Parts: sequence; C-alpha cells; structure tokens
Amino acid sequence: MYEGAVQDLIDELGRLPGVGPKGAQRIAFHLLQSDPSDVERLVATLTAVKERVRFCELCFNVAEAERCRICQDPRRDPSAICVVEEPKDVVAIERTREFRGRYHVLGGAISPIDGVGPDDLHVRELVARLSDSAVEEVIIATDPNLEGEATASYLSRLLKDVGVRVSRLASGLPVGGDLEYADEVTLGRAFEGRRLLNA
Amino acid sequence: MHLRHVSVADFRSYESADLALGPGVTTLVGLNGQGKTNLVEAVGYLSSLGSHRVSTDAPLVRAGAERAIIRAAVIRQDRETMVEIEIHPGRTNRARLARAAVSRPRDLLGTLRTVLFAPEDLALVKGDPGERRRFLDDLLVARQPRWSGVRADLDRILKQRSALLKSAAPQLRRSGRRSAPRVDDGALSADREAALVTLDVWNSQLAMVGSQLLYARLRLLRDLTPHLTQAYAEVSGGQGQASVSYRSTVHAELAQAIAAGEVPEVADLHAAMVQTMAEVRDQEIERAVNLVGPHRDDLLLTLGDLPAKGYASHGESWSFALGLKLAAYHLLRHDLGEDPVLILDDVFAELDAGRRERLAALVGDCEQVIITAAVPEDVPTALVGRTYAVSLGCVQESP
Repeated sequence: MYEGAVQDLIDELGRLPGVGPKGAQRIAFHLLQSDPSDVERLVATLTAVKERVRFCELCFNVAEAERCRICQDPRRDPSAICVVEEPKDVVAIERTREFRGRYHVLGGAISPIDGVGPDDLHVRELVARLSDSAVEEVIIATDPNLEGEATASYLSRLLKDVGVRVSRLASGLPVGGDLEYADEVTLGRAFEGRRLLNA
Repeated sequence: MHLRHVSVADFRSYESADLALGPGVTTLVGLNGQGKTNLVEAVGYLSSLGSHRVSTDAPLVRAGAERAIIRAAVIRQDRETMVEIEIHPGRTNRARLARAAVSRPRDLLGTLRTVLFAPEDLALVKGDPGERRRFLDDLLVARQPRWSGVRADLDRILKQRSALLKSAAPQLRRSGRRSAPRVDDGALSADREAALVTLDVWNSQLAMVGSQLLYARLRLLRDLTPHLTQAYAEVSGGQGQASVSYRSTVHAELAQAIAAGEVPEVADLHAAMVQTMAEVRDQEIERAVNLVGPHRDDLLLTLGDLPAKGYASHGESWSFALGLKLAAYHLLRHDLGEDPVLILDDVFAELDAGRRERLAALVGDCEQVIITAAVPEDVPTALVGRTYAVSLGCVQESP
C-alpha cells in the first residue's frame, strides 16, 4: 500500500480494462515522474472526451457532433447499412476500405447471462432507419461467436418482412494463413461456406 | 501406441516421480493411499486434459506447490513424441508437444490416447445420467477432437438460454394463461411477443448444435454396441447379454425410434428438437429450465431383460462398467488402427476368479496395459509383467 493519492491513482487505474495491479502501479509511477505539462494534457484530453464525445444520433457510433463523420459524409452510399456490435468494429471495417455504405452500432450482442436483450441494443432505431430511407441491403457483421450468431439470427428474423436484402459476413479461413493451422470449427465453417469456382 | 516414460513433479502426493514403461503389462503395487492411482491419473490427464477423479485442477497440485507438471514420452509407430503439461489451477495450463510450446492445451488431444477404467466408473451403471453422457461425450472427443468445441458451444447456449428463461420469466409468463382481458393487455402481449422471439433465437441455436451432438452420440453408440456386447460376454463368460439404448428428450415418436437403435438424419433430429421445444415451451417457461436437448438424455443399460441400474449385482455392475470401457478401447483401436494405452485402476479386487482370468486373457494382446493393485495376488499371474512398488509417493521397480 502506498500513501494517499498514489494509492488512489493506482486503484483508479486498476479499474480500467486490461490493466492489472502491476500495470496500474507502473502507469502511476510513470505519471508521477513525468512532466507536469504532460499530465495536464492527459487530464485535458480525458475531460474533453467526456464533454465532447457522444454517440451519433443515427448510427450510435462515437461522434463529436450530433452525427458522426460517416453519417455526415454525403459520399457514403446510403443504400447499404453494416450492423456491428461496437464502435471499434466500425474502425476495423473502415480499415479495409471495402465498404462504402453506412453503419449501425448495436452497442453489444444478445447475451441473457449478462442481462442483455434486444431491447438493450439499438435494434428499434435500426428498424426505424430502414423504414424511411433508401436502404437496400443490411449487412450483419456481428462477432462470429455464439452471442453474435444469436444476434444475427434475431435480426434476420426481425428484418424478414421489411423488404431489404439481409446478408451476413462470411466466416472461414484467414487469408495468408496455412490450412493446417486452422482450428476444426473454422475449417468446418469454411467447408460449409465454400464457393463454386466453375459456375 | 505406448508410453516409454512418464514423470510427474508436484503432482498430488508426488514431489517428483519417474516411471520407465514399455510395451506389455506394467503393474503398480502398493498399499492403500500410497499413490498408485495418482500416477495413472496423471497419465489420464495427459490424454484427456482432465482428471477422472475431480472436476477442478486444484487438488492435482501438491500442497504448497504452485503448479504440477506431467511429462510423458509417447511412442507411436516407432516415433517418439514428448508430451508435457503444466497445471496451474486458476490460470491457463501450458502445454508442450515435442518440446515446442503449443498455443492451447487442447492441441495435445489426440497425441496420447488412453482408456482408463477406475473404481469411479461404477457410477456409469449405478450413478446419475450425467455420468453416462460424459462417457459418451468423452469418447466422442477421443475419436474426433472437434467435438470438444461443440460440447463447449452447447454448454454456453444452455447457460444463455436458461438465463433468458429466468430473466424473461415475467414477460413470458404473462398472458400465457387465458385471463380476462385488461386495458394494458396490448402492451403486455407485445412484451411477451418480443421475449418469445428472443427465445426462438436461442431455440434455433440449441437445435442446431444440439442435433449435431445428438447425431454424433447416436452414431457413436451404434458403433460401440457390438463391442460392448462382445466385451461383456467375454468378461462374464457368457452370463447375460449387455445392451444399451439411448433415451432422448425429443418427442415420443422419434425417441422411440432412437431407443430402438435407429440413427435418424441430423435434419430430422433438428426438426424434432424444434418441435419438442415448441411443445414443452410453457413448462420450460414455468420452471425456467432447459428441458429438451442432449444435456437431458440418458443411456439405458440392460442386462438380459432387466435394467442394470437397480437390478444387477455389484459384480455384474462392475463387469458392465468394465465392458463399456473395454468396448471404448476396441472402438478406438478399430478407428485409429493402433492401440490406445489401457489403464486398469484397482479392477481385479472386485472380480471373481473366473472373471479375473478372462479379463487377463482379454487384455493380453493390448500393446500396453498399466495395472494398479493393492494386493499383488489379485492380479492374475499371466498379467503381472514389470512391477513397481509404490509406497508413500516413492516408486521403485521390484525385481
């Protein structure tokens, strides 16, 4: 145990995801030894993040205005919406530069163990977006785990009668990998989702 | 395959122990509580990544030590592979294969295959259905490791679904009964509809994974049954016929066909599970329990015309459990084209002289058999082979 403020700082840092007690201690002493201006900048950033950043009213991605940069961008294709679990998934897909449509961030996946049902996700807002715009396709890009699959299957049922195309990201072998290193589940899925080459 | 060498460190009662083994029979002899079973438990752990005696890893580590290590040299088709696992209770275990670290301990599965018969296996006959399901599922994984992933998925789905049945119980139960219409009935039934749609999603997940596991179990049972009948007949000297049939929780019609030994197509099992879940929905909601699926199924073991549970004598039950394990051995041997390592922990003390001799004859042609016994005289002379004396956690080869 350290005295007063130092221990408080370690405890606070230790509550962050991915930071254990040892890591918290290391960060705390790094901050203690660093230049006061550096610490002030960090404090200012933290305050700004809570003050300025909010969630886009349309897609629930992180935003600094009422709408996020992607929703504001007129060059984005309004006919396709990609549904993801978290804002960080948006960043992951943006890095591919393959997708030029817009996003919808659910804010999680259906998981009764964690008390998360469809009502806790931005599902209703998704349905609302589909009714009054030129959306032709919804691409479901939830995680390929049990909860993500359950969410995908929930959405596909819900959107069955809405009159848009609903697709799901393929799952299978990683590119550049070796077949022999793929685990059985991935390889099994890849078999299921195989494509004809001579069609 | 056989083990050339096994060593443990800080495992159970052992600070360290080394055991040189070879093809044929090795017998570990020692008084009660000296650590014979601990050694075969270690070998079993390497092949299944779990103990046959406890469900958690903590008791496996010697008191005061942080981790336990099990190491073995496995010889398959004249090639030697080192298998090693470090057991860290509460943390991730670390595994090494041929001295190279593997990313997941699961990657060890399949290198060393064992069939272990221990006194705990009496529960296969006398115990709860869970014991018999575990026997089937463990054997599935031993045949094809990918089933361990399916098992884990099923467990997770069942947890999610029962959490849903519990948490959504108020919405699901409401208006389930035909009560007089009230003003806010519209809102209530909309809530119920929404909860039912979510339940449906988990139903389809459960049906998809559950029907796969069910299908796999049925096929396994179909392959296993002839081996069981034969093994039991050989151990018992032809007294009574052992058979086994699968009790499924899918609706009656298909369950009957399954009990009669038919193996329906996965698609039919899937459809039957969906239908059965629809039939028992109100009960499931009422009790907030998953009532349909492989996790509620059982095996009915029969001896002659009577169920083994409750009717068979102690010796008969013992022989039945042994028959199941020997059947598993023969099935794996047939599948793999090589012999798994057979481990018989304290099996002879419970058998009459005739059964002992017949068992000895039965396992005489196995590539490697490891036997433990408290009294050396219990082991038929034909089977003694290389003998180690185990006392207070020390292992010494007897002349």
